[in-house]
Amino acid sequence: MTLTPLPYRVVDRREETRDTATLTLAPSGEPLAPFAPGQFAMVYAFGVGEIPVSVSRILDSGRLVHTVRAVGAVSRALHGLGPGAHVAVRGPFGRGWDTTAARGRDVLVVAGGIGLAPLRPLLDTVLAEPEAYGRLNVLAGARSPDDLLYGDEIPSWRRPFAQATVDRPSAGWKGRVGIVTGLIGEARFRPPDTTAFVCGPEVMIRATARTLMHQGVDAARIQVSLERNMRCATGHCGHCQLGPLLLCRDGPVVGYDRAESLLTVREL
Amino acid sequence: MTSPAESRPRDGGIEAVLDRSGLAALVTALQHRGRTVIGPTVRDGAIVLDELDSATALPYGWGVELEAGTYRLVRRDDGAAFSHSAGPQSWKSFLHPERVRQWSADRGPGGGLTVREERPQAVSYAFLGVRPCDLRAIRILDLVMAGGRYPDPAYLSRRTGAFLIAVECTEPGATCFCVSMGTGPAADAGYDLALTEVVDDDGHRFLCRSGTEEGADVLAELPRRAADDATRTAAVLGVRAAADRMGRSMPPVDLRTLMRDTLEAERWDDVTARCLSCGNCTMVCPTCFCTTTEDVTDLTGDHAERWRRWDSCYDLDFSLLHGGPVRSSPRSRYRQWLTHKLGTWHDQFDSSGCVGCGRCIVWCPTGIDLTEEAHALHREASGSQDAP
Ligand SMILES: Cc1cc2nc3c(=O)[nH]c(=O)nc-3n(C[C@H](O)[C@H](O)[C@H](O)COP(=O)(O)OP(=O)(O)OC[C@H]3O[C@@H](n4cnc5c(N)ncnc54)[C@H](O)[C@@H]3O)c2cc1C
Ligand code: SF4
Ligand code: SF4
Ligand code: FES
Repeated sequence: MTLTPLPYRVVDRREETRDTATLTLAPSGEPLAPFAPGQFAMVYAFGVGEIPVSVSRILDSGRLVHTVRAVGAVSRALHGLGPGAHVAVRGPFGRGWDTTAARGRDVLVVAGGIGLAPLRPLLDTVLAEPEAYGRLNVLAGARSPDDLLYGDEIPSWRRPFAQATVDRPSAGWKGRVGIVTGLIGEARFRPPDTTAFVCGPEVMIRATARTLMHQGVDAARIQVSLERNMRCATGHCGHCQLGPLLLCRDGPVVGYDRAESLLTVREL
Repeated sequence: MTSPAESRPRDGGIEAVLDRSGLAALVTALQHRGRTVIGPTVRDGAIVLDELDSATALPYGWGVELEAGTYRLVRRDDGAAFSHSAGPQSWKSFLHPERVRQWSADRGPGGGLTVREERPQAVSYAFLGVRPCDLRAIRILDLVMAGGRYPDPAYLSRRTGAFLIAVECTEPGATCFCVSMGTGPAADAGYDLALTEVVDDDGHRFLCRSGTEEGADVLAELPRRAADDATRTAAVLGVRAAADRMGRSMPPVDLRTLMRDTLEAERWDDVTARCLSCGNCTMVCPTCFCTTTEDVTDLTGDHAERWRRWDSCYDLDFSLLHGGPVRSSPRSRYRQWLTHKLGTWHDQFDSSGCVGCGRCIVWCPTGIDLTEEAHALHREASGSQDAP
């Protein structure tokens, strides 16, 4: 289960955008141990290869939900699978979002592109128990309206603020235009009492964290999910290093107080 | 029970003196215990590690001359077996081999997958001639491969129960700096048996002490004589003299802090002009553990295998993300290597990643010397001009 994957089969496929699909996988035999929000699996496409993919929803049934964006050989193979197809999966791996640290506090979720996928189980957690948290704000950025993930779910996250913004609007787009940090000013949160959860391209993570810190959110209360090449997910291959961190083991979610100095050194 | 041929050395094991026939008996005794004995032997102009049929394969009368980018075998007239320092290989080749299969999978007629975990065959190794630096390197590999949340089964199958015979260093190479790294030239712990080779007017012999019960059992089976003060003194002095003859040294600063504070130093540009990104240093290093995976299928397309093989952080693909490598410049890749070895390894595995064996200096085609780089970084950081 950590080195040898278990067989799963695709039981549902939902097209999210032109290059992204959400797959639901059911165990063919024994299931993997349960995942926590922000953790990831290593998903193997037969004969093609294996890549890290976050869980994008957590089900009690032992089924796994993954949202995959087709960018290269393996992700394209997985993205192309339909119901009945077979894969093999190992996990759960990594440290996920620390939702306990956010209890009683305002929650600010900032996502760029596919970065919304690992954040959705966190949103599910918060929304399952809204009284345990303060105000929830969700800011989602995408390249174009057609690239926006989970568009139909966004209104249900508005407690009180959920907004999407796109780089390139299309005709009829009624949301915002511009980078996601532009929405921070509209969100309704009390910086000293806020825990932020951020995932997206690294430039977006840095810009978001900078803006939030400027507004008074403590760096340690900004949790960011980082991405590096990962071959093993068990701390043995060395590929996921970011300075002192092995991101498969010490991440992918890291406090910005630890990440800041590492993300500002070029090519670390 | 302790027979008259044993005495108690300081660390509580037993101690005795072996001659060449005693050493030969040691190899045979280990083979009789079903162990595959690996040790140094001369092949293709180098001292390599390989399975020994008998102790006659040991490099009696061979030494090495080492310099940055240079390795040369030399004849010695004292007939010593262990008067050579690190060769091109290390014990990593046996404990963490270059390629291992991790699992195989078959696709049935309906497309369903059956995945079979690789059950590694346990190997019973005895390593003869483990240098103190390499003994530490094995301990470091233990931390990396077996010390975390997911102990690696392939590593454990080879490492568990491996019988380690350390040989203390009396003839350091010009590229050695174990004293700086606190790993040698004496063997302090982690061995089953430790030998110190002595060649003087009283003859060619090995002071042998046990570090474990199994080591004591094996030693008790061998033809031997009681340890005498002359041999003990010669052994201690030989090792002490080696410490004074280290070919290289690190700057006497906290290397971890030095690495952390010099990430943007100009020196990295200088070393980049010399580094070919060939990855030799990572292949010969006894602790570099990085691997990648290969997924292969056979001609039918229904049988697939996952192999793990050594990889190097000098490879451009090593840090590949969708969109390109994180470390695209050779500068950033050399920096990754050195800062990992001397700095961030501590954060990840509670230990330095360098044991001071000098292999990476010897086998660098352009003679890049990490001790020299560390001195240069230290000079740049402290703004001083003093020589290393
Ligand atoms: C912790 C984590 C969680 C992730 N979660 C998701 C998710 O939920 N949904 C999703 O669509 N994507 C996710 N990714 C990114 C996804 O793993 C990459 O897009 C994918 O590895 C690209 O591989 P490829 O073979 O399709 O592309 P290629 O470009 O052909 O990649 C070749 C090889 O490079 C490596 N590689 C390339 N890009 C990445 C990358 N971004 N991360 C790691 N290795 C890479 C892979 O090992 C791959 O085999 C996640 C990445 C990480 C590290
Ligand atoms: S970095 Fe060089 S000197 Fe240090 S352990 Fe590795 S090969 Fe030996
Ligand atoms: S120095 Fe490079 S190859 Fe060696 S362990 Fe570190 S990252 Fe891996
Ligand atoms: S993915 Fe291999 S060490 Fe982290």
